[in-house]
Amino acid sequence: MTSVPMIAAHELSKVFPLERGLWSALSRKLSGRPPRRVQAVDRVSFEVAPGETVGIVGESGCGKSTLAKMLAGLSGTNGGELLLRGRPLAEVMSDPRQALKVQMIFQDPQSSLNARMKVVDIVGEAPVVHGLIPRAEKEARVRAMLERVGLGPEALHRYPHQFSGGQRQRIGIARALAVEPELLICDESVAALDVSVQAQIINLLMELRRDLGLTMLFISHDLSVIRHICDRVIVMYLGRAVEIAPTDALFADPRHPYTRMLLAGMPRISTERRAFLEVAGEIPSPLAPPAGCHFHPRCQFRTEECLAQRPPLDPVDARRSAACLRWREIG
Amino acid sequence: MTDRTGPLLQVERLNTSFETRAGTVRSVRDVSFEVGRGEVVGIVGESGSGKSVTGLSILGLIERPGRIVSGAIRFDGEDLVGMSEARMRRMRGARIAMVFQNPMMTLNPVQKIGAQIAEALTEHARLPAREVRARCIRALEAVGIPSPEARMEAYPHEFSGGMRQRIVIAAALVTEPDLIIADEPTTALDVTIQAQIIHQMRRLIDETGAGLIWISHDLATLSELADRIVVMYAGTVVETGTTAEIIGAPRHPYTRQLLASVPSANAPGRPLRQIPGMMPSLLDIGDGCPFASRCERRTEGCARPVPPAVLSETRTVRCLNLPEDRP
Repeated sequence: MTSVPMIAAHELSKVFPLERGLWSALSRKLSGRPPRRVQAVDRVSFEVAPGETVGIVGESGCGKSTLAKMLAGLSGTNGGELLLRGRPLAEVMSDPRQALKVQMIFQDPQSSLNARMKVVDIVGEAPVVHGLIPRAEKEARVRAMLERVGLGPEALHRYPHQFSGGQRQRIGIARALAVEPELLICDESVAALDVSVQAQIINLLMELRRDLGLTMLFISHDLSVIRHICDRVIVMYLGRAVEIAPTDALFADPRHPYTRMLLAGMPRISTERRAFLEVAGEIPSPLAPPAGCHFHPRCQFRTEECLAQRPPLDPVDARRSAACLRWREIG
Repeated sequence: MTDRTGPLLQVERLNTSFETRAGTVRSVRDVSFEVGRGEVVGIVGESGSGKSVTGLSILGLIERPGRIVSGAIRFDGEDLVGMSEARMRRMRGARIAMVFQNPMMTLNPVQKIGAQIAEALTEHARLPAREVRARCIRALEAVGIPSPEARMEAYPHEFSGGMRQRIVIAAALVTEPDLIIADEPTTALDVTIQAQIIHQMRRLIDETGAGLIWISHDLATLSELADRIVVMYAGTVVETGTTAEIIGAPRHPYTRQLLASVPSANAPGRPLRQIPGMMPSLLDIGDGCPFASRCERRTEGCARPVPPAVLSETRTVRCLNLPEDRP
């Protein structure tokens, strides 16, 4: 990583207050208790190189979607530093033309496409409004984008409901590509698709990444998809990054006990009934995360120390790190 | 009344259709399969394959404009098709239970969960209150809810998503049903929670000897849980067999291509093998092989009805141009 990273996040945090409004503010003042809040993202640091595909994986409440929204400029930060190509993200986002460089593809193409707009407008409006192309070239641009994502020109004047789920996701991708982004954030973008359609969309995303040199952040709960398309993976648990590693190393030799549990729980296609290992415990509520290492109540390796202190994200080797006091003994 | 010798459930040449303004949608066509006692049968298919409509047909929950056009659903020797709604209701309460994907749609948000589970018991039988309570607590224990006695007094919102799905499963189990039909029951849950629930389901089936139909789009989960797998495509059963047969030696071109297209069957970073084209519309679909339009092995005969070929005691495949034994 000698060049300027596409994304550099340092101690990035996001806190959501749970009590809003006069009444709760007043009752809190009177009782003198501290405000209730959720630390959705808790001092997360990482870098993404240009052209790299980085996966963010974790279960409900781990903060992966909040992190994605912060990176897309859809949600502010409460602390830490977030740089896009070396410039503060907030500064980049204040310039509409620059903000287009980051695009997001959502899980549900049904609700992220305007049902009352034709495809030609859904895909073509942003590049025209932002002055990337003159209005006269709009249809030609949309036509080219549709071809790029494997849709024919007959799609131009149809509405989203006239397409299947997979086709709608292609339209969502075409809309993102039409403004010439550098960074594509995919938030569970293939989760709602059927297996055979999912394969088509994953292939499309990998093809686009190669042809256009896109940097991608791929947020998913599906480890097999992450494994297939990502160069590196960030594993999150209750708001914190617990392990960051190249994909092959992570799957071959996970160092954080949570990563190990996640990989063990991953369903695999097999010809034999599986002897399920008993996975310990539930994910604690993000409202009251356990002290010290958040994972300690479910961890078979825990010691007294784990209850008391937050483990730092320690470098394991040049390319990977793990937030576990005992990573040397694990793996 | 109970016939312990035959299979628990026999679905025979089931056809279920929906009348729409655009025409007849033939969601389930000529579907046959069996479920034995203590057996887990997985029905796998993509959206529009007819797997959920098959489940709803067994439960007698097909409502207008849909109807079961023909076929038989023999449960313990008795045909459920054409059974009166009153008897079917008793059947659903006492002997056939269901679990759906979203527990929040099944649970009443303003009723304590103990009362909701008890309802399944008291709806169809008069039981002493003490026994009802004891059975509810046992059911909650069986699905792994910690301190079940105290939790009887809690409301659904006080539980996590995984715990709620366990409660729905407890409510399904409390009547000690002979057959459970579960439609994508763990799809909305996290990986580690899913693994826990599947583990518990398997144990419960092994212990109680009930039959379980697990409907899912997820081949990986099914391969780990099911004894036998029914593969559906565009309303028909294309292949059935033991899990080892379907996963280890798939014969139908669709099953083969589906298994080949999942990421774990492909080298990381390489393009996934994909099935070209799309599933055909079920509106006025013909009687030929529905996969023919996407199949590289199709011949002229595929346009005509393809009868299921029985390959062995456990195995049927619906294909005229079967590929070789091994992929």
